[in-house]
Amino acid sequence: MPSAGPVTGSRSFLAKLRDGDEIARLVTFVFAATVVLITVLLVYELWINSTLPRHKFGLHFFVTQVWDPVMDEFGALPFVYGTLVTSAVALMIAVPLGIGASIFLAELAPPRISDTLQFFIDLLAAVPSVIYGLLGVFIVVPLIRTVIYPAINKPLGSLPIFKGPSYGVGFLTAGIVLAIMVIPYIISVSREVLLSVPRDQREAALALGSTRWESTWKVVVPFARTGIMGSIFLALARALGETMAVTMVIGNTPKIAASLFAPGYSIAAVIANEFTEATGELYTQSLIALGLVLFLLTFVLNGLARLLIVVTTQKGSGVSA
Amino acid sequence: MNARLRWRKLVSNFMLTMTGVCAFVSVAVLFFILGYLLFNGGTSINWAFFTQLPKPVGEVGGGMANAIVGSAKLLLAASLLGVPIGFLGGIYLAEFSGAKVASVVRYAADLLNGVPSIVIGIFAYAMVVQPFKHFSTLAGAFALGLMMIPITLRSTEEFLNGVPRMLREGAMALGASKWKTISTVIVPAAYRGILTAILLALARVAGETAPLLFTAFGNRFWSQGWAQPTASLPVMIFTYAVSPYEDWHRQAWAAGLVLLGLILIINILARTILSRGIAVPRS
Amino acid sequence: MQSSPNPGLSVNVAATATSSAREAIGSIPLRMKISKVNFYYGTKQILFDINMGIADKRVTALIGPSGCGKSTLLRTLNRMHETVTSSRLEGEILLDQQNILAQDVTLLRRRVGMVFQRPNPFPKSIFDNIAYGPRINGMKGPIAEVVEKSLRHAALWEEVKDHLHKSAYELSGGQQQRLCIARALAVEPEVLLLDEPCSALDPISTAKIEELLVELKSLTTIAIVTHNMQQAARVSDFTAFLLIGQMIEFNPTPQLFTTPSDPRTEAYITGRFG
Repeated sequence: MPSAGPVTGSRSFLAKLRDGDEIARLVTFVFAATVVLITVLLVYELWINSTLPRHKFGLHFFVTQVWDPVMDEFGALPFVYGTLVTSAVALMIAVPLGIGASIFLAELAPPRISDTLQFFIDLLAAVPSVIYGLLGVFIVVPLIRTVIYPAINKPLGSLPIFKGPSYGVGFLTAGIVLAIMVIPYIISVSREVLLSVPRDQREAALALGSTRWESTWKVVVPFARTGIMGSIFLALARALGETMAVTMVIGNTPKIAASLFAPGYSIAAVIANEFTEATGELYTQSLIALGLVLFLLTFVLNGLARLLIVVTTQKGSGVSA
Repeated sequence: MNARLRWRKLVSNFMLTMTGVCAFVSVAVLFFILGYLLFNGGTSINWAFFTQLPKPVGEVGGGMANAIVGSAKLLLAASLLGVPIGFLGGIYLAEFSGAKVASVVRYAADLLNGVPSIVIGIFAYAMVVQPFKHFSTLAGAFALGLMMIPITLRSTEEFLNGVPRMLREGAMALGASKWKTISTVIVPAAYRGILTAILLALARVAGETAPLLFTAFGNRFWSQGWAQPTASLPVMIFTYAVSPYEDWHRQAWAAGLVLLGLILIINILARTILSRGIAVPRS
Repeated sequence: MQSSPNPGLSVNVAATATSSAREAIGSIPLRMKISKVNFYYGTKQILFDINMGIADKRVTALIGPSGCGKSTLLRTLNRMHETVTSSRLEGEILLDQQNILAQDVTLLRRRVGMVFQRPNPFPKSIFDNIAYGPRINGMKGPIAEVVEKSLRHAALWEEVKDHLHKSAYELSGGQQQRLCIARALAVEPEVLLLDEPCSALDPISTAKIEELLVELKSLTTIAIVTHNMQQAARVSDFTAFLLIGQMIEFNPTPQLFTTPSDPRTEAYITGRFG
């Protein structure tokens, strides 16, 4: 917006300066530009500080299983695997629960109850990761070890994903804790998206003789499906970057294992645990390279999520051809 | 009513009930967390917790006074970095900038917001720890301050944009320059919302642990000034929780209760203020 | 003016516009009968002692100025008012002599269909939009045939027969509304309710749909709400005029428009208010 001064085009620079407007514009511009600068700098630093492993290992970095600081052999595979598996477990739990809850909040609950419950869900999202980790260590880990593992391993222990012993920590534990952490994101975005579906979609379905569930599940939810997908991407992005809670319950073992009960490692967790102990440039830079990978993954996912969510909320208010 | 319709209605009632169960379970988790913390942490909070330093490893007792002060210092310094950048940048976006520049800045802020906190920690390490070759409160504050920028920026912009046109035009019609209008009319009109947004940003970074692990690092003693490593509540919780000592577990619960209590109180306050009378911008 | 032994069938017309039972002329049976209906949103009363009938296989129009309650009345006929929690209905509404308020609502809505003011196709293909109703109701017979039949009835088949799997949103507004009509017809309703179906459409689409309605009445009983009097005069057999929640007059259309029996009706149709 141009500054508001007298319309005479050729006011002297000094006059504008005296007004304070130009200074204000300049100063605030500098601060705004700093934001962009910081972001660019961040990407740059990640790149520049991971040159060693990039040159030494190249793309091989992503397919090497070995993580051996002693022998200076670093491969990202166990961490990528762990990150993906725990996130997948988290989504498998959080998506049905979250979508179910959002349906309740958007379609069934009266507005005041819906808002109150949403308020609590927002508070859940504000709980710091380390607190989830605390509860994970003292509640979920023993739960897995004493209740869930015996219950599953006895009947299904021959299946590869349920094989082996359990110390309580592992992929499943981390997945469960992550699920609790990302549910609020799925619920709040999906709820908003469902609320933006035009009333007459549901009414049209009801008018054709649908039950309430049929109108919700077969018409309203599909209408909002892009936005709901967006909420899932958002949840995934959050799960990928989660550090503390995962570190505390995953078992910190850089190994790939099929069993959900096996201990593992994630990208964020290994950085958190080993960064301060890293001896030597290659070690440190390999960890930073992992950070770069994490950054890129969340960058893409967040971008996609935003796109999907914006598209859906616009669709609800727009009119078709 | 035929059998098929009866079945459809049964399915409908069942599924709708299930969604209620999902909602109930999700919300119940919050109360479960609070309950557990209150129970385990409440019994461990004592005067010593707030006033004493940690005891040597293995010894029972002691407190987290240094961590509490450390967290306070970190948050203070983080605000000094994050708030001005976010606030003034937000003013630029709302009042001065053209559409193209604005979208670039907003995009950068959103990007920054989505960066996992551990990666922010790496950045802070590269910028502040590496050059000076040691961990410091400043480095931790740098990381946390960065995380406050996007929230502050977006909120400032949205609240400023929410100020009614009439207020602006009224001031300008009286001959006020743009900057005068902004500083004496627009910002005061929006400041309550901006302040609450800043509080929310503080609450968010207060609980962050990952970025502090290799910036502020930790300290069993008092941290002098700003250039030394410092203890902080979240990092203490982490360290104590994964340790093998019962007494440390107890203290971790206490710290968890204090930390979460503070964060939740700020959140509840801020959100309640925001939802009453002040236009809530959609983020 | 009185009831034959079988009150649901033929009934006579009342000459004066009072709030006593309204009944249609001659021996045209009534598909639906509305008696002593009062309607409230919370404490606010919207409809006052409505009595009328919807004649079988005819078009009945509800006209009146904005806010007179005509859409509200229409929506009670398939109990769509129940989607608003504060709504309350008193009185009796019969479909084939059975009180719809005592029936299962899902079943009722299959028998009494609705087309809305703005076209609202589902985010599915044209085919799946039409097939939705038959599928959930488990109707017998190959779906493709049902879809074709419905589209033909809605005069849309020729335009879309080669594009059945395209998204419904690619159609124009007028086509989408005809799609919605086809969708409603696919479940073979006994009564079709249309709530100002042309108000969002251009004149050409409007004309097409008006033609359609006249043809459709041989298939299904029609009740239409319209704020366009000329439309009511063109397409309907019976017209009811409502004003501030009250039924002022209910008569065969030619009669209501040429020799209205109430001065208020006359004032409305001559454009003195509206």
